[in-house]
Amino acid sequence: MTGRTPWFVISVLILGYLFLYGPIFSLVFYSFNESRLVTVWAGFSTRWYGELMHNDALLSGAWLSLQIAFLTACAAVVLGTLAAFALIRFGNFRGRTLFAGMVTAPLVMPEVITGLSLLLLFVAMESVLGGPKRGMMTIVIAHATFATAYVTVVVQSRLGQLDMSLEEAAMDLGARPFKVVRVITLPLIWPAMLAGWLLAFTLSFDDLVVATFTSGPGAKTLPMEVFSSVRMGVSPQINALATIFIVVVTSAVVIANQLAFRRRA
Amino acid sequence: MAVGSGGLQDKPWTDPKAEPFVRVQGVSKHFGDVAAVNGVDLNIYRGEFFALLGASGCGKTTLLRMLAGFETPSAGKIFIDGVDMADIPPYRRPVNMMFQSYALFPHMTVGQNVAFGLQQEGVAKAEIADRVAEMLDLVQIKALATRKPDQLSGGQRQRVALARALVKRPKLVLLDEPLGALDRKLREQTQFELVNIQEKLGATFVIVTHDQEEAMTMATRVCVMNAGMVEQVGAPAEVYEYPNSRFVADFIGTANLFEGVVTEAGAGETRIVSPELGGDIVVGTGGTAAVGATVSVMVRPEKIQVVPGGNADPAYNSAEGIVRDIAYLGDVSVYHVELASGKRVQFTRANLLHTADTPISWDDTVRFQWHPANGILLVI
Repeated sequence: MTGRTPWFVISVLILGYLFLYGPIFSLVFYSFNESRLVTVWAGFSTRWYGELMHNDALLSGAWLSLQIAFLTACAAVVLGTLAAFALIRFGNFRGRTLFAGMVTAPLVMPEVITGLSLLLLFVAMESVLGGPKRGMMTIVIAHATFATAYVTVVVQSRLGQLDMSLEEAAMDLGARPFKVVRVITLPLIWPAMLAGWLLAFTLSFDDLVVATFTSGPGAKTLPMEVFSSVRMGVSPQINALATIFIVVVTSAVVIANQLAFRRRA
Repeated sequence: MAVGSGGLQDKPWTDPKAEPFVRVQGVSKHFGDVAAVNGVDLNIYRGEFFALLGASGCGKTTLLRMLAGFETPSAGKIFIDGVDMADIPPYRRPVNMMFQSYALFPHMTVGQNVAFGLQQEGVAKAEIADRVAEMLDLVQIKALATRKPDQLSGGQRQRVALARALVKRPKLVLLDEPLGALDRKLREQTQFELVNIQEKLGATFVIVTHDQEEAMTMATRVCVMNAGMVEQVGAPAEVYEYPNSRFVADFIGTANLFEGVVTEAGAGETRIVSPELGGDIVVGTGGTAAVGATVSVMVRPEKIQVVPGGNADPAYNSAEGIVRDIAYLGDVSVYHVELASGKRVQFTRANLLHTADTPISWDDTVRFQWHPANGILLVI
C-alpha cells in the first residue's frame, strides 16, 4: 500500500458483506414492522413478538426442537469424544482410515441422502423389530448421527494438540488411568467438548431436511412448523421468530468458536 | 570433570558381590520391524548418577521409558530393587520421571503440580503443604508456588518439573534430557545443582542425554548407546581415556584415528604400519591384535605435542604436516594439521603464555609426537 485509500478493496468488501448480511438485516428490520405485509414499512412495533407468544403450534414446535437439540447434543458429545479418543489415542489400528472416513462422512453427505437412508432404516426396523416408533426419538437418533461428526472433528483437534506426556506424568506420579482422564485429560479438553455440544445443539435446532424425513405423526419441530406455515404466505411472526433464532444461534456459535479456538490463558 | 563421583564412597560396580539396584537383563524393544533397543544388559547401583548417552534414535529414551513403565519390553526383564517390573504399571513403580517437555499440568499452579503426586498417595493435607514447600525451597522457586506454568520461564519450569519428580522421594529418578531446553550458561549452572540435589537426597538418578559434556560432568558412570545396543559402560574418565571401539572414541570427545596393519605384536606393545600417518605407530594400551590385522590407533588431541626443533624423541610416534586451520578458544588453541597422506590431525595446545602472538601460524610445517602409552589400539 502506498498510503492511498484502496477504494476498490473497500467497495468489494462492503458488497460482500451486503450480499451476506443484507437479507438477514432486512428480516430482522421487518420483524419490528407494524404492518401485516412483510415488505411495507408502517412504523415500529413489537406486536408480532407478542402474537408469536400465543401461537401454540410454533411454541410446541420450539419446545420439541429444544428437547431434540439438547438430547442430540448430549449424545453427540459422548459419541464424538469417544470417536476422537479412538482416532488419536489408539495408534494405527486395523481399519482406522475406514473409521475416520465413516465418522466424518456425514459432514459432506447431502442431507437428503442422510435423511432418506435413515428413513428407510427406521421403516425397516419398525417392521422387523417393531420399533422405535417414528417421532422425537428417531429425530434425535438421526441428528446425533451427523452431529457426532462435528463433535469428533472439534474434540479430535484439541486432543491431538494435547501433549501425551501430561497423562504419562500423571500416571507416573501415581494416578490410575481413570483418575488421569478425570483430573488431567477432561479438564484440558472440556472447552472443545463444550464447543462441540453447542455446535451439535445448533445443527439439530436448525435442521429441517433430516427431521422431515425421520419424524413421525405428531412430531413437528420448529423448522418444520415454520416451513409449513410459510407455504401459506409469510407472516411477520416468522420474521420475529427468525430474529430470535438468529440471536440464539449466533450467540451459541460465537461461544463455541471462542471455546474451540481460545488459547489457554 | 565428574563432579558426581564424589557422591559414592566406593565404586559399587567394581564389587562383584554388590547387589545392583536396577537390573536390566537382555531387554529388547521392537516397534514393528525396528529394534529400538536390542539386547541391553545393565546394572545400576544405589546412589548412582547414571547417564544414558547417545545420538538421537539410539534407543536411550525408549530404555528410560521401559524403566518408567510406559513401554513394555519385547524381550528381557527389568528388576528395580529386586522386584520384577514386568506386571507393574507406571503408577505403582517406585520411580518418578522428569519429562523432556516437562509435562507440567497447564491447568494447575506450581504448588498443585508438585502436590499432585502426594495427593495420589493419600498423604495428609498438612504434610503435603510441608513437603511441597520444602521441595520448592530445594529447587529455589518458593516464591512461584501460586503461578501457572505458562507464567514461568524455561528455567523455572525445569525446576518445577524436577520438584514434582522428587517430591515423592522415589528410590529411582529418571530424567529425560532434563537440561535440553535451557541455554548454555543456565545449563552448566544447573548441572552442578542437579548433582548436589542428587547427593543430598541419596536417590539413584538415571539421566538420558545426547550431550556428552553433560554426561561427563554429572554422571558417576556413562553408558554409551548406539543403534539400540550398549557400546560401553564406565566412569567418564574410563570411557574417555579407554574407549573400547572406534564408535565410542569418536563419540566421546575428539579423536584422531589412524588406520594401519599390525606388523609386530609384542608383550606390551604393538607395532603398526600406518600409511595414513606415513610411518610406524607403536601403541602401548588397548586391545590386542594378531600380525596382519587391520586396526585403528586413537590419540586424543591434548596428548599430542609439537616438537619445537623438528627433532622428535625416537621413543615417540611422530609425523610432520602443514597447519591448515587454527581455532583460538582462549584457554587452548586447536590446530588442524594436514599430513602428506591427506589425513588431517587435530591437536590442542594450552595457551600458557600471556601474549597475543601466535607461535604457530597457518601453512607452517610442524612436527608432532605422542608417547606410545598415550595412544590406544582399537580393534573394532
